Amino acid sequence: MSLAEYQGGAACPGCLAVPGLTSRATGQAGAGTEETMLALPSAHCAACIQTVEHGLKAMAGVTDARVNLTLKRVRVRHDPGVTPEAMIAQLARLGFEALPLDMVALSGTENDRQSRDPLMRLGIAFFAMMNIMLLSVAVWSGATAATRDMFHLISAVIALPTVAFSGQPFFRSAWASLRAGRLGMDVPISLALIFASGISVYETFHSGEKAYFDAAVMLTFFLLGGRYLDVRTRAAARSAAQELTALEVPRGIRLTNGAEETVMVSALRVSDHVIIRPGGRVPVDGIVIIGESEVDRALLTGESQPVWTGPGAVVSAGEVNLTGVLTVQVTAAGKDTSLRRMADLVAVAEEARNTYTSLADRAARAYSPIVHLLSFSCFGVWMVITGGDVRFAINISAAVLIITCPCALGLAVPAVVTAASGKLFRAGLLIKSGTALDAARVASDIVLMGRDIAPVADALRIARQSTRRIKENFAIAVVYNLIAVSVAMVGLATPLLAALAMSLSSITVTLNALRLK
Amino acid sequence: MDILFILIPVSLTLGSVGLLAFIWTLKHRQYEDPAGDAARILSDAFDNAPRPADQFTATKVE
Repeated sequence: MSLAEYQGGAACPGCLAVPGLTSRATGQAGAGTEETMLALPSAHCAACIQTVEHGLKAMAGVTDARVNLTLKRVRVRHDPGVTPEAMIAQLARLGFEALPLDMVALSGTENDRQSRDPLMRLGIAFFAMMNIMLLSVAVWSGATAATRDMFHLISAVIALPTVAFSGQPFFRSAWASLRAGRLGMDVPISLALIFASGISVYETFHSGEKAYFDAAVMLTFFLLGGRYLDVRTRAAARSAAQELTALEVPRGIRLTNGAEETVMVSALRVSDHVIIRPGGRVPVDGIVIIGESEVDRALLTGESQPVWTGPGAVVSAGEVNLTGVLTVQVTAAGKDTSLRRMADLVAVAEEARNTYTSLADRAARAYSPIVHLLSFSCFGVWMVITGGDVRFAINISAAVLIITCPCALGLAVPAVVTAASGKLFRAGLLIKSGTALDAARVASDIVLMGRDIAPVADALRIARQSTRRIKENFAIAVVYNLIAVSVAMVGLATPLLAALAMSLSSITVTLNALRLK
Repeated sequence: MDILFILIPVSLTLGSVGLLAFIWTLKHRQYEDPAGDAARILSDAFDNAPRPADQFTATKVE
């Protein structure tokens, strides 16, 4: 699946939530104060938090500092007079290496609302599922007449707002794919949700025996769970690209007719002359015209040995000038620097999902027409058999839609990827991309980013295992669907059976993912 | 069956309390730095008085 198609179709809530890498905003927090974000790769314990926060707050002009140990970052609130360089120097004295991060480039991962939304929907779906399940168990175990109707009514009052709120990501993306003239996985999901709720309301008011409120809410919960895991894994991957972009330097020293002036990098043009002092980071791509020095390219190439440069040598944005003053003629600035292009490439690669996810997408693309076809032909066939009993026929076709819904398929990949990245994290490795889990690529990807070769064997083993688990999960999903569909088509699917089948298949898939060692 | 008129409201109320608590924790950004929170509990800094309102939280919560 190509990236362009992916963005156009908006296949998941995460894609809708991700603003482009290029979106810009200001890092200003309020009147008179600024916020700066620094990366703290070496922070790891309670004492580190104390040292860093106290050390920064001891500086004049710093009002607050807060370490985020999960992301290994510190957010500092300070007066405009305090420079990031001063804070980095202070942290270096305390024994912490710190790197400046461009707040603006990071805003994608920092956006609260967007990261909170899926969790909120998931929590509400879980609450509704549990409460409706209590009422459903009573109905299954033999509540009749007025009691059953009342239970159905209470379920309806809980289920309808829940489906309307928590199901929004599915409805939105189903609508988007319908408008683009395609049948995505979300179309049958949305149809099943709407159908199940609609029929159940109708049955409730006609004292019917079958109401699918439990199935509708359960469907929402399990599918949202799969989406949430998926979005979280990719958010971690995305931040790698954003941190790369954040390495850019905001200002440079331009040399005009012998006079130095500090200007924003965006004001630098090709063939301008730029001075880079020792210890400074190179702001642009360029060719050295005066001066000799050594540059540290570790951040770009992983090479830890400084490289000698002199007149005629090529330097790139993001490198650190170590020993001498350099005058550089700009060959590329801003968007065109190799650093930015690399960040863009990483972003593209990381947004591309792994081969198994695309397999899931392909399965879904074949799957949705089949489900619709089955459901509608069931309606026709049962109309003929029952001699025109519309209510019964609609019930059967809804049961087919509900029971085939791809809980297991939707969880198959995210569950395994999440389990695998957890294992790798404990082995000291961070999965930078979904593609890295693909066994064939894992070696090159990890060697590329690691200095220590030892965990690679672990990673390879985990990658192979997760490949196998993903295949098993697909097999489970397919077998489940074959059995469930045939049961539903002959009219044997009761709400109890649908709920059982759905939770069993989802739990089996998740447990299978957790078997990863 | 009259007991249902007590039990159902009770179970729904208890569920809602849990849900509201969850929403409250979410709004107060308690899921953003689990590793940091686990480490912070070990520090003595705020044993006697709570940490003054977090300025970042104050500006960010809509």
